[in-house]
Amino acid sequence: MSTTTVSKDKVFETIANALTELGAERDQITPASSFESLDVDSLDLVEVGQVIQDQFGVEIKGDDTKHVGTVGEVVALVVERAS
Amino acid sequence: MSRRIVVTGVGAVTPLGVGARTALERWVSGESGLESGAGRCDEFAPTEFMSKKEARRTDRFTQLAIAAAGEALAEAGFDDGPPPNAGRVGCIIATGVGGIRSIEEGYDALRDKGPEAVSPLVVPMLMPNAAAGNVALRHRLTGPSHSVASACAAGADAIGTAARLIQCDEADAVVTGGSESALNTLAEAAFASMGATSESGISRPFDARRDGFVMGEGAGVLVLEAAESAAERGHPVLGEVIGYGASSDAHHITAPEPSGEGAVRAIKFALEEAGLAPEQVDYVNAHGTSTPLNDRVETQALKRALGERAGQIPVSSTKSVIGHTLGAAGAVEAIVTLMALRERVAPPTVNWEEREEGLDLDYVPESRPLQTADPERAVGLSDAFGFGGHNAVLCLEAR
Repeated sequence: MSTTTVSKDKVFETIANALTELGAERDQITPASSFESLDVDSLDLVEVGQVIQDQFGVEIKGDDTKHVGTVGEVVALVVERAS
Repeated sequence: MSRRIVVTGVGAVTPLGVGARTALERWVSGESGLESGAGRCDEFAPTEFMSKKEARRTDRFTQLAIAAAGEALAEAGFDDGPPPNAGRVGCIIATGVGGIRSIEEGYDALRDKGPEAVSPLVVPMLMPNAAAGNVALRHRLTGPSHSVASACAAGADAIGTAARLIQCDEADAVVTGGSESALNTLAEAAFASMGATSESGISRPFDARRDGFVMGEGAGVLVLEAAESAAERGHPVLGEVIGYGASSDAHHITAPEPSGEGAVRAIKFALEEAGLAPEQVDYVNAHGTSTPLNDRVETQALKRALGERAGQIPVSSTKSVIGHTLGAAGAVEAIVTLMALRERVAPPTVNWEEREEGLDLDYVPESRPLQTADPERAVGLSDAFGFGGHNAVLCLEAR
């Protein structure tokens, strides 16, 4: 687990980069973007979860992603768990 | 065959380039797609055929199939949205080893970083039915769909299976063929360990100096259709699948049965279904792997199945210019066979120079015009034999 505070901006940037790598358009990714609108499915979210684990030591599992619909919700979840 | 099976579209990606016609043209002119002991599809760029996202989510064997299927469906007139009656259009795409590169990459992640690092894409990328599933999904073909696994006979078995689906009235059309990309370190090491691949890196089927096959990658896809379905929509026909024969050696898991009995039966079954005598066969596209055993046994089998006719007609191997594309071979070779029959040309076995005792057929050192028994049509056989003792032979006709 990370001991330093994880900033919202840093998490957003990391997730946005991961989603871009997965094929989403970078300029369409905002905290309010829904995963559906970005054509991000459950397999993509597992990959995003792996990047988050790698970068922040925070585990985001299948059950978590069932309850999140937007990029901002995942950012909040990561920041909360990292603190 | 009860219901006649016509071919309304073909597509291929091979070491000779992108496109079915490109493959035949370059083969006939004696060009080779082999370089440094391998047949890579260097001219193929996945993102020219699919989005970056689709490319990320598919193993190369699926990407090759998507490109080949796109070409075949376009020629068949099905590229603009799903075909009408998509529920009556199937998709059967074979592979020999499936996403073996994805297996290797998944294992690398597991070993180096642990189970948490294994990508959720490993399974949908490695599964042997990934090509069939992705092609069906892309073109919204909702009829029967699956893969066929019979190693190096798989491409031909897929076409035979597709033909049967149409004959049994389970489908009116089937997008079918085979795809393979096994040019990764695990596959190369495994085939070399068996002694199956060539140490010299030269593919020379039927030549006395042959020393194993050269691995190639590629895909071949055809649109098979019930003759009445093509006629109803007034779509041109490229040719016809008039016979399919399949058998099993039940002898050894990798070596062919030495007498060639299994291959003989498959050839005879294909001819029987076509209602043809050996004298009516104009050309044989051999399995011709360039392994010492296959080429000898196949030559014997052709002589036993076709009698004197075997020595009177051209017998050539596509593997001389693209290598052995395993589960794609039977499909790619059926496609170039059909194209060659249409063009009335006998393509060459490139590199064939030195005759071996007992290997005494006409292996076509240089391409030449094809003579046909019947001026109205050209008939050819396309052989495919696989590890596991699988034998599959297609009989094809072009007017």
